[in-house]
Amino acid sequence: MNNMPAILVLAPLLGAFFAGLAAWIQKQLSYYIALAAMAVSCFAAVSVLTDVITSGTMQYRMAGWAPPMGIELRIYLLNAMVLVLISAIAFVNLVASVKNVEQEISDRAPSFYVMYLLFVVGLLGVTATGDLFNLYVLIEITSLTSYTLIALGDKDRGHLAALNYVFIGVIGASFYLLGVGYLYITTGSLNMADVAVILKGIQGSSAVLTAFILCILGVWIKMALFPLHVWLPNAYTFAPVGFARVVAPLMTKVMVYVMVRLMVTVFGLEYIFETLHLADAVVWLAVTAILAGAFTALFQTDLKKMLAYIIVCEIGYMVGGAWLGNSLGMTGAILHILNDGLMTFALFLAVGNIIYMRKQVAFSNLSGLFAAMPWTMAGFVLAGLSIIGVPPTCGFFSKWYLVLGAFEAGAYHFAAALVISSLVCAVLFFKVFEICFFGSAPGAPGHHVPGNPQPSHDIHSAGHAWAKADSGAGAHSPAEVMAEAPVSMLAALGLVSVAIIAAGVYAGTIVNTIILPFLQ
Amino acid sequence: MGDILPLIVAKYNFWLYIVLMMIGLYAMIAKNNLMKKLVGMNIFQTAIILFYVSIGYKHGATIPIIQGGHGGHSAHDAVIHAADYINPLPHVLMLTAIVVSVATFGVAMALCVRIYQRYQTLEEDELRMRVSEMITHE
Repeated sequence: MNNMPAILVLAPLLGAFFAGLAAWIQKQLSYYIALAAMAVSCFAAVSVLTDVITSGTMQYRMAGWAPPMGIELRIYLLNAMVLVLISAIAFVNLVASVKNVEQEISDRAPSFYVMYLLFVVGLLGVTATGDLFNLYVLIEITSLTSYTLIALGDKDRGHLAALNYVFIGVIGASFYLLGVGYLYITTGSLNMADVAVILKGIQGSSAVLTAFILCILGVWIKMALFPLHVWLPNAYTFAPVGFARVVAPLMTKVMVYVMVRLMVTVFGLEYIFETLHLADAVVWLAVTAILAGAFTALFQTDLKKMLAYIIVCEIGYMVGGAWLGNSLGMTGAILHILNDGLMTFALFLAVGNIIYMRKQVAFSNLSGLFAAMPWTMAGFVLAGLSIIGVPPTCGFFSKWYLVLGAFEAGAYHFAAALVISSLVCAVLFFKVFEICFFGSAPGAPGHHVPGNPQPSHDIHSAGHAWAKADSGAGAHSPAEVMAEAPVSMLAALGLVSVAIIAAGVYAGTIVNTIILPFLQ
Repeated sequence: MGDILPLIVAKYNFWLYIVLMMIGLYAMIAKNNLMKKLVGMNIFQTAIILFYVSIGYKHGATIPIIQGGHGGHSAHDAVIHAADYINPLPHVLMLTAIVVSVATFGVAMALCVRIYQRYQTLEEDELRMRVSEMITHE
């Protein structure tokens, strides 16, 4: 029997145990153990993905107990892809963030790594498991570790943000648990595949409807779908950057995956779109989420917080796409899980580099960054363009599928929201680029750019900046001293930038080999 | 209206858990003190635990221990009817859920301690005031 699915989840779990022990011997040791554990897990994830592509869905019985009694890991093409995404991001982030951790929380580095590994265990487990109750427990492992890690962040507001997250997170998880209870009453089983078979016979039952609504509501709270998003911006802004880099791209995306998984493999698309008539309302909710996220991001004056609101907006894309009720929309949503993970990761890597050099990322601290940190900013620009949806970056292709899906479903309001939010994202990012490019660096007088260096907040100046950036890029001479982030951090950013382009170029291949076979 | 009363009585465990859950939710939303909010959170979780425990119950059934024990002769001789024993699975699930809720409560209380050390208060309105004061000082 192929044990890779178990190794995938257990490697970081054992790693967390030994990393905790090793801290008694030497603090540095826990980092290396964490790195090794993530490398093993990453290798196992890739091997599982290749196995699933060649030989189809993989079922792994934990400890040999057959389902529905035992717990089963069931890996489809969809989760295999998400598993690789999670383990790769977690691994790359460990390499990139070691210096950030030393700088921000050097006295608690070992506990950071232990919690970090447990967080990844939770995410991988959520993705791999085929058992509804097991899913709840693993979601709670993920949440508990993220509460503690967020509290390690900002000394003044980290704890408050974490506590708010606790309250709302508990409500979300409890709703999900309650939904599972109703499913258990009606089906007598907790295994997802088993439940799906039994549910086919009792689709009219109001208990099933209650279960569905409770489960989805719980997952929505956890994924921060507007208006259930209130915990997210503060939690991600005040988290230590080494953790923000991994929680921002992964946590919400994994919850979107859970929603897709519940919809496709447990309740069944037929039940959701033909028996229930909720899809229209949910697409409207997604439209509100997209617009609210995008426009709230406009009013932020801190880069981290702006990105947090962009995440809220992106969640709207994925939820809307999944609820359009056609395979194009679902394809777009699943592709966006991958792409948004990569883009958000790249953005937060760049933010982490800036924080490492400048301590803060309020807009007033960003001036002169293009000259001081050209490589970091190159990665940031690429990721920003991808969020806006400029080809050939990957963000364009998932948006393309989502727009096509919206037209096929006749959901023109969703297509309009996608376009409007892309424009708003363009304004947002070019505003940031303008500040980074034209604002004079601290301690570097005699900057030759005319006009005021203050960030201007209207659309015209951002559009103007685009023209200026285009024509002035070659002529600009870096008068400021270069103060670039360490090589390990840049290498990570470079790798993710390549991945963003690659995911764009090979978008067709990903859709044809992974997403479409899964949906059929 | 006459139909509702028997419905409430027949499914009283459901009504009970909903009432408890709403009490917890109310405390989490309306209370000003963070510790009270935490207690509300615990009530909220306990309501769900009680709901699960109640669905394992069967009328006239006993605890799921087979008389004579495993491997004893009588166990094999007697036919075992599932209806004679309450369903242990929801109870076992709740052992895990209790562990989760205790862990959450512990983390949340630790966070409260840190907040108190930093701001010398657990009242939410005062906290909000001090945080906004701190931001304006920056």
